[in-house]
Parts: sequence; C-alpha cells; structure tokens
Amino acid sequence: MATTTIAQILSCFFLLNIVLQLATTSFAFQSDELLVDDDEFGLEGGRLPDPPPETRPATSTRRRSAESGSDLDSKIQFQLEHAFGDSDFSPAGTFTARLKKWPNGGQTLTKLRFSRNALSQTDKENFKRLIEGDDFYQIRLPSNLLNQLGREHVISSVKARCLSQRDALDEHFVINMDGVNVLGVNYGPPGSCQYPRVSRPPTKWSFNSHTLLKYSNEVLRTPVFTEAVLGENGEGEELKPPERSFWAKYWMYLIPLGLIVMNAMTQAMNLPEEQGTGQPGSQGPQAISGRGQAPAVRRRN
Amino acid sequence: MNMAIRVYLLLFIVLSYSYTAFSLYEDQVGLMDWHQQYIGKVKHAVFHTHKAARKRVVVSTEENVISSLDLRHGDIFWRHVLAPTDVIDQIDIALGKYVITLSSGGSILRAWNLPDGQMVWESTLLGPNASKPLLLVPANFKVDRENVMFIYGNGFIHAISSIDGEFIWKKELASEGINIQQLIYTDGSDTISAVGFVGTHRFGAYILDVKSGELLKYKSMEFTDGFSGDLSLVTDDTAVAIDSIGTSLVTIQFHDGLISFHQTLLSHLIQDFRRAAVISPSNIPGAFILETDNSVTLIKVISRGELKVVEELGHATAVSDALFLPGGQQAFALVQHRDGKILLTVKLDSDDGTSNLLEETIHLDNQRGKVQKVFINTYVRVDRSNGFRVLIVMEDDSLFLLQQGEIVWSREDGLASIVDVKPVVLPVEKDGVSVAKVENNLFEWLKGHLLKLKGTLMIATTPDDVAAIQKMRLLSSGKSKMTRDRNGFRKLLIVLTRAGKLFALHTGDGRIVWSRLLRTLRKSETCQSPRGISLHQWQDPHHHALDQNPSVLIVGRCGDSLDSAGLLSIVDAYTGEERNHMEPVHSIVHIIPLSFTDSLEQRLHLLLDANRRAHLYPRTAEALDIFQRESGNIYWYSAETEEGTLRGHSVHKNCVLEEADNFCFDSRDLWSIVFPSESEKIAATATRSLNEVVHTQAKVTEDQEVMYKYVSKNLLFLATVAPKDVGPIGSVTPDESYLIAYLIDTVTGRILHRVTHHGSVGPVHAVFSENWVVYHYFNLRAHRYEMSVIEIYDQARAENKDVLKLVLGTHNLTSPITAFSRPEVSTKSQSYFFAHSLKTMAVTLTAKGITSKQVLLGTIGDQVLALDKRFLDPRRTVNPTQAEKEEGIIPLTDSLSIIPQSYVTHTLKVEGLRGIVTVPAKLESTTLVFVYGTDLFFTRLAPSRTYDSLTEDFSYALLLITIGALVIAIFITWVWSEKKELQEKWR
Repeated sequence: MATTTIAQILSCFFLLNIVLQLATTSFAFQSDELLVDDDEFGLEGGRLPDPPPETRPATSTRRRSAESGSDLDSKIQFQLEHAFGDSDFSPAGTFTARLKKWPNGGQTLTKLRFSRNALSQTDKENFKRLIEGDDFYQIRLPSNLLNQLGREHVISSVKARCLSQRDALDEHFVINMDGVNVLGVNYGPPGSCQYPRVSRPPTKWSFNSHTLLKYSNEVLRTPVFTEAVLGENGEGEELKPPERSFWAKYWMYLIPLGLIVMNAMTQAMNLPEEQGTGQPGSQGPQAISGRGQAPAVRRRN
Repeated sequence: MNMAIRVYLLLFIVLSYSYTAFSLYEDQVGLMDWHQQYIGKVKHAVFHTHKAARKRVVVSTEENVISSLDLRHGDIFWRHVLAPTDVIDQIDIALGKYVITLSSGGSILRAWNLPDGQMVWESTLLGPNASKPLLLVPANFKVDRENVMFIYGNGFIHAISSIDGEFIWKKELASEGINIQQLIYTDGSDTISAVGFVGTHRFGAYILDVKSGELLKYKSMEFTDGFSGDLSLVTDDTAVAIDSIGTSLVTIQFHDGLISFHQTLLSHLIQDFRRAAVISPSNIPGAFILETDNSVTLIKVISRGELKVVEELGHATAVSDALFLPGGQQAFALVQHRDGKILLTVKLDSDDGTSNLLEETIHLDNQRGKVQKVFINTYVRVDRSNGFRVLIVMEDDSLFLLQQGEIVWSREDGLASIVDVKPVVLPVEKDGVSVAKVENNLFEWLKGHLLKLKGTLMIATTPDDVAAIQKMRLLSSGKSKMTRDRNGFRKLLIVLTRAGKLFALHTGDGRIVWSRLLRTLRKSETCQSPRGISLHQWQDPHHHALDQNPSVLIVGRCGDSLDSAGLLSIVDAYTGEERNHMEPVHSIVHIIPLSFTDSLEQRLHLLLDANRRAHLYPRTAEALDIFQRESGNIYWYSAETEEGTLRGHSVHKNCVLEEADNFCFDSRDLWSIVFPSESEKIAATATRSLNEVVHTQAKVTEDQEVMYKYVSKNLLFLATVAPKDVGPIGSVTPDESYLIAYLIDTVTGRILHRVTHHGSVGPVHAVFSENWVVYHYFNLRAHRYEMSVIEIYDQARAENKDVLKLVLGTHNLTSPITAFSRPEVSTKSQSYFFAHSLKTMAVTLTAKGITSKQVLLGTIGDQVLALDKRFLDPRRTVNPTQAEKEEGIIPLTDSLSIIPQSYVTHTLKVEGLRGIVTVPAKLESTTLVFVYGTDLFFTRLAPSRTYDSLTEDFSYALLLITIGALVIAIFITWVWSEKKELQEKWR
C-alpha cells in the first residue's frame, strides 16, 4: 500500500517536473527552486522522465543555479571516470549534490546533478573500437564522497553496444548510497539492451544521462498484534458475508428433488396416457404391449 | 439391501484406512531412511576391562566426542558430542566408575558415569593465562578418605575430589612464567612435582605438598643451549628434551630439588642422523622413542643420564604407551607395516633389555593407509598367561580392535568428518541380470502374503511379526540393488572425508559400496599437509550410459592457506579407481563448473587461482574450443569478507607466463561493490543451486493477475551486519545493530534490492531458490530469532499479457535476455519470528520443479525440520480473502509455528550436524535428503505428498481382494434381490 502511494506521489512529481521543464526551457537561466520539496523523498535528484526532451546542457544550467541555492547544507562534488576496455580511467564527468545533515547525525545526498564532459576525438575513436569489438565500457566512482583519497572505487561496466542503440548514447546511473558512502553503481542503458547486440556507432556523440540516487529501505513488519484485535471483530463480520442464496446452499438437495418430482410427474402422466391410448398406434407395438402388461400385473395384486 | 450397504461401508472403511497412511508408522521406520552413528578419529583411549561385566573402551575423538565402546563388537554404549569450541584435552577413568574429561584448554573438568554416560559433576577451572592442560589421576591416593586427582590448567594446579568435583586446594604456578610440561606423583609419596621450562633456556621444578598444596621447593636451572619442543618424562625424576638446535638430546635429572643436565649428541646415538628428530609422546617408563625422518629408535636412560639405544624399530611405526603387567613388568605394543600387512609386536620391557612377547601379522585392506595410533590392553588368557588386545587408529580415521592376530571389529569413523558430498546415478540395469526371485515354495509364499495382509490390516501385534514384515518389505523393495530404479531413489553418494578418503554410500541402506584412500590426498614429499576441499561431477554420461562410468573430480590443497598448491584427482564413481591425477598444480581458490560438456560428456571446469587467473579443465583442444566460443558469456564474482568488497570478473586473454599455457586465462574486474568498512561487514552469502529447475516462471494470483518471477541464475543474496556484531554475544546493543540484506546481479553488479533490519544481528543463514530467498537471524529488540523472506518479481514483463502477441509470437518471452538490460524488479518481503537457532539451511529440489518447496532447517538440537515455503509467503495477510484462501494463502501469524511431525529426522539426532544435501529423485514428487555431521542420516521427502505414485508398500493383493469381494458382494446382492422379487411376485 505504502509503495503505491509513493509511486503516486512520484508520478505526480514527475508530471510537475515535465511541466516545469517545458515551462523553463524558454527561460534558460530561471531557477527551479520549486524543486526543493523533492528533498522530502530523500530519494533522487534530477531523475528525468524516460524520453528526455533535451540533452545535457539543461542539467549544466541547473547545476549552476543549484550552486547559488541554499547555504544550510554543504555542497559536494565528485568525479565520474571512465575507461575503454583495458585503458586507464580518465575523468568523464562531474556529479554535484547537496549534502543534507539529519538531526540524528545521518547524512544523505539530495539534488544530484550530473554533467558529462564532451567526448574527445580519442574517446570517440576508443568508443568506436569498443562497439566494433563488443567490449566493455567501464565507469567508476569514489566509494566515499567525503574522504575520496585512498579509498577504493566502485566500478561498473557495460557492453558499449548496449549504450549505443539509438542515435545518441543513452546511459542510466543508479547510485546505491549508504550515508556518504557509495556502495555500488548500477550502470547501463535506461531500458533494455537487445540481444544479440548489434554494432551501431552513434551518429551524435553526446550522452543522454539519467541519474538516480537510491538509499536503503527499512523492513516494515506487518504488526500482527494490533490487527489481531481487529481480526476478531473482522471475524464476527466475516460470519455474515457468506449470505449465499438459497439455491447456492441447497442445490445438491434441490436437483435430486426436482428429478424425483419430474420422474413422478412423467410416470403420473404416463399412467393416464396408457390407460387412454392403450390401442396400437404409429409407434412400435411391442413396446406398447410391454408397457401395457406391467400395470395389468399390478392391478391383479 | 441393508446388508449390501453394510458390506460396502465396511469395505470402504477398510480401503480408506489403507490409503491414509501418509505419516510414518512405527514399523515404517528404516524403510526409506537410515541413520548411522560415528565418533570420529580417536585421540585418546582408556580401557576398562577388569571386573566389569561389560568390557569397554572409553575414547575421545577429534570430532569432540566422548564415547564408551563395546569391546566385543565395537558398538556405542553411550556417546556425548561436546561443542566444537570445547575441545577435549585429556581423558581418564577415576574410581573405576567415572570417566574424567578435561576440555577447553584445561578449563572444564567433567565426570561421566561409566556404565550409562550420565554426567556426574562438572567443575570450571579458571585462571588468567592459557597453558598446556594436564590431568593426573593417581590410582589410589586419598586426602581425608577422598580420592583426589590433579589438574593443571590456566596456570593453576588444582587438587580435586573425584567423588564430587570439589576443590581441595589450588595453587598458582605460572607466576614465574613457567610453562609446566608434566605433573609427577609417585605412589605413596607426600609431594607432587610440576616440571617445565621457563622461557627456552631454563628448566624449573616445583615441589608441592600433596595434602595442602603448600609450595615446598622451587628450583630452576639454566641450560645454555636451550630446549625445543616438549619435555618427555622417562621416570619419576628423569626427563628428556631436544636442544634448541636439534642436534643433541638433553637428559634432565631432578631428584630432591637437585637438577642436573646431561647432553648426548644425536649423531652418536643414530648412525646416519641428518636432521629433524622428534621425541614421540609415548609414555614408556625408563625409555623413550625418538623419531627421525628415516628411523624410529627406542632409547633407554641408564644411570646418571646416560642414553643407550635399545632397538631400531624400523620405518612407519606407531608405539603405544606402556602397560603394567601383574608381575611388575611392563609391555608396550609396536605396529609396523610390512608388505601390505600389519606386523604387531608386543614387547616386554625389563631391566635387561626387551623381548618380544607376541608377534602377529594382520592383513588389512590396502585402503587404510598407515597406522597412526596404538592403544594396548591386557587380559588373562585361559591358560593364565597374559593376552593382549590393541586398538589401532588408521590414516583414514578408521578404528580396529586386534586380538589373537585377527580383526575383532572395525569402525569406519572417517565418515564422521565429511567434507563434501556428490550424488551419482547408478548404472542402468543390463539385460540378463534379472533380480526377480521366485519364491522358494508355496508355503513360504503363503506365509509371506499372510504376514503382508496382517501388516496391512494392522493386526500384526507381536514384535516378531512386525520385525518379519519389516524385513520382508526391505527385501521386496529391492532398494539396495546396484542398478538404477524407475523412480530414481537409488543413487550413490560419493563422500569425501577429512582424512582424504572417498566413500561411495548406497542410498538404499547406507552401506559402503567402495572406499578409497586417495593417493593424491596423502602426505608426500611435495605436499606436507594435503586436505580435500570439494567434489565435483566430472563426467556424467547420458549418451554412453551403458559403456561409460561417471566420474567425480576431487579438488584438494596442500596446506591451509588459499595460495598453497592445488591437487586434482578424477575418480571413477562406480569402482573408485583413480583415473587421472594431477600433482601439485597452481593454487585453487574457487571452482566453477561450467554448463558445457565436451564430446566425452566431461564437464568443463574453470579453476580460479590466488593470482586471479582462470584455468580451464579438462586440458584438451576440444574443451578449449568450446570455452573460447562461450568465453564472452562467462562471468563470476568474488567476495572478500576482510576488505568488504564484492567484485565481478570475466575472462580476458591468455596468461602471460614463462611457459605458454593455452588453458590459463587472465581475468579482469568488471564491477565492484564496496561495503564501507566502518558500517558493514559481510556475514553471509547465498546463491541458487546450479542444478535447480524452475517449472513455471509466472505466478497467477487470486485476482487472475500474472506475476512473473525474476528467475536469474546470477542472483546473489548477501547479508552484512554491523562490524561490532562480529564480536562475542552482547558486544552490540539493539540500537547500534542492524542487518542489511542485498540482492545483487553478479553479471553487472547491480544492486537490485537493499533492505535494512534494525536491531538484528547474525549469525545469518540463508537459502536461495527460484525467485525467493529465506534468511534467518536474531532480532535483538524482540529477543527472538527471526526468519525473513524476499520474493523478487520481474516488472518488465508484467505488461506482457497480450494474448494476441503471444499467439503471433511477437512477445518477448522466448527472446534471449541479457543481463545488461535495466531490470525492473519489485520485491515482496515479510518477517516471521522463529523458535529455533539454526546450524544450517537447505531447500528441497525436485526433478522438474513442480512440487512445492520445503525449507530444511538444521536446528541447534541436531535435527532437521521441514518447513513448507507456504508459511514463508510474503503475501500472507491477517485476513486473507476467500480468493486468497483458495489460492492457499495462510493467515498471517507473528511467528512460524512448528508442527512436531514435520521433523524429518523424527526422533533421531544427527549429532554434530554440519550440512544438508538435497538431491532430486526421478519421481517428481520426491526429493532425497542426506544430512551429515558426526552422524549420517538419509531419507526421502515428498513435500507435497507422493501425488504421482502409489506408496512403495501399496498392497496390490489387497486391491485384488477388494475387487473380488465387491464382485462377490454384487453377485450375492443380485441373488438376494432376485429372490426377493420372486417372493414378492408370488405373494
């Protein structure tokens, strides 16, 4: 039940988002501060609806506006690095987010923005090579956002062909967070990847990026005790509902009864008929004579 | 007509009785299950033979079992399995009626009643520092008319009453930093001595008053060359040790507080002495046994610490402790191997040398290895001379009692330490090998059927009848035949034990079909401490089932560390012959059985080494060809619990090594997940069984909706806990404890689901099957164990209900799925309280996956409980609707109730339970369950009852009789009705 309401709220929010975006595209530098309430969900930053209306320039503008935004929570920036097959990792883009501190000491990220660096000529060459060889395109993020030095990176890879299924490159990040730690990143195409994969280099060398921050959810235990009391009441109610029709309840008695009645009726009808039409007719004479004999015997008793 | 109805009713009742026998009756025990009790490799043995009606030997074993065995037959009189942490250090018999055990590094002393094994008393001996535990039970020493024994443990010497375990006195001896090696008490003296080393260069001796524990004297003396190894006591005032460089023997004499050393060069004593001499721990007064790498020598201490070689005992020998004979002499037993036979010598040790009292040759089968330990016991023969019996422990952990040159009994106690199990199908029944037997004569046949009828009608009351029926059923079921059966109940279980022995057990009756001590897993020059890790199905012929035998791959390792060299061996599963073996190869960290087989139906295996390289087996060009074709779709993961990372890998390219190896591949990291070390620690992982079959991918709910199961072989369940929780119980409070459950795709490293249980701690046990995972942990807030279930459904296919698409074939149900697509999953979960603490968990497997599943729980009480998956349904609600009830949803309860009948092991216990293996039978409704620990247990389970077959004991005779009776009844009633009709006509 809870998930559906969240989903409803989310869908409302997306709708709002689309409307706002459509509204703001004309005024490129207008702040989108109304989005502040997405903090409430603690879930995501700039997740966009699936068919993105625009490519990334929109996010870069948004990032700048975010920087000029609130000053209560600190801002945080971390780099996305990528590698082509076996090559070394090199910077590929920047994530910016607001670090929100909770009264209980926990920290979460909100308002995630991502801007990708433009692909250089060598990057393009490399990417083409990956697509031809059906090799892996790898990305990585620091595993701790506050203390990025000396920490491990979380890595993710995807077959390059999966990203290049349309004209431009599509990518989708789901960053699994625990406080300020990045546990893992799910990286891949935003939808499905067809198999067998086809080699199709992109015509437009830009990324359509979708990002999503994900925090753990808690286990909610269905409280049985509290509802047990209700259950007792419910049971009382439950006794009433099976108010089935008379026919539904007693059909098994009614059908044989009906049959018996019908049988008796046909017999009763037969009797006078036989008495009346005992003479040979168009039907088989033997059958009639047979039928005629039995009542005759009975009458003799 | 009334009569006829009565007859029918009676028949109906009889028939219905014969069909409702779903649960187990007393006489059905043992029909499809078996239970075997073992004790493990014997460490110590104490005989108890004089003036006892039942002669017995009390043993303690490496499986932490203390047991009393019947000396006549080797049966277990009683047995106790102590906790794995409570390791038995010493055993002895006190007062002729109590078995005394010292365990947990000299911390716990227990007395068990010898006849029945009841615990009489227990004392806890605490102390500040761990030390070598010592137990000394003087034969007849009394303080205030109480029998006393001395225990040294945790730095204290204790005098304890044998009757009730009360402390008489205790004294700390570790204050000087002494490492006490021996306690010495001479019968009748007033003092007890404790001797040992202070550091490595000093010998120290305490002399205490035996009645009060008062310290009378402490002497110590420096020895410049230093000591190495243990101190070995020769007489009450002489001990020997080896010096620190290992070149000479030091005789230490300590008489009345005076200490003197005497050094003898080993090269003087032994001809071609090179290195590494060890004093064997045998206790022979006046002498000791020195083992070097090429000889075993008996050396005697003569006056003033001089040493004299008495006898060269040859190679590969085990020597027993000395045994005092009634005449004041002493004897000890010696076992040697000669030409595949065992030569047992009992030597009489007297002042003027040794003489052989007894020499016997015993033939043992050659799959036993070398003799490891010998225990000797004496008895009085018919002619009043001394007879001897010895108990020997072999390299394969088996136990033998030898007497008069014969094996009196033997026990296969290696089976108490099973490492891995692999089921293998039996050979197909060939023509001409008809096993159908014709009954001997008519009378026997009639008697048999009468008994059967009695059994079916449950009128067999006398125990003889019951036993006869049971025996007959066993015979008629043919369950111990060596061929495949239609239902797939008969199989071979190949088990690998810790001693490196392979056994084939028949599932019908649990007998050993063959056994083999693997050459590869025996100690050798190149491999000092080999041990087996796992078994894998190497070859499973289906096309050539008639002319080829299946085989198993045994993987081992030299040493305990992951980077030690690996061992491989391939063994024929029907004969036990070693087909092929590979000497120490690269290290083996993990074995991945691939889903490809070559033309010989050998399964391809990928072996991962410590350097993250992957090695392909079998090493044939064909296998390489298959592998290279498929290598793009091979992924694996590794979890590093210490660092808290999970990594995904794939095959990259051939290794760059000094010598080219086409079968070696480098791996590369594809993804990684880093669990923050300050907040999470990996507690458990679970994956689906590789051979699990899922029958249906969709689940239809009560409102005619279809839910698609997210069925992926690549899902991993992983649980992490708070790092503090790894400590002992109570190291974490409910507020700072949590358990996080993950579902991770191991190809792409996507975290599909992550959920936190606050206030919960490990240990976590989990089992993964189809699209659900069930895990067990402790809820600190509720002070109870809890079990949770997560079911994962595929949302991407949820819309896929278009019938038109399905008809036209444009739906994506049959199109290949790639893990690189973004999955859209939804999960359902629920938690339930559970009463038991668990040791292990498993799930039933059936041939086609149609039958509903049961979760098998190995409880802390060493039993196996079968819990229907229905109870662990996340869709249970408090008030299920009528439609939900029809679907089989049980009303939600707070905790899972345990139905006593659902114990698979019924009244039996599988002591020291370690693992549960489920094997699908060919019959869909049935699954075979093998439970191992110190004991073994096997049974057959039908989670949804045997809906697809009549039970094995179904009485066809009764069915025929019933039909016959019905025909007769029809005839009789027909006659009656005819008569009646006639009468009515004549009235």
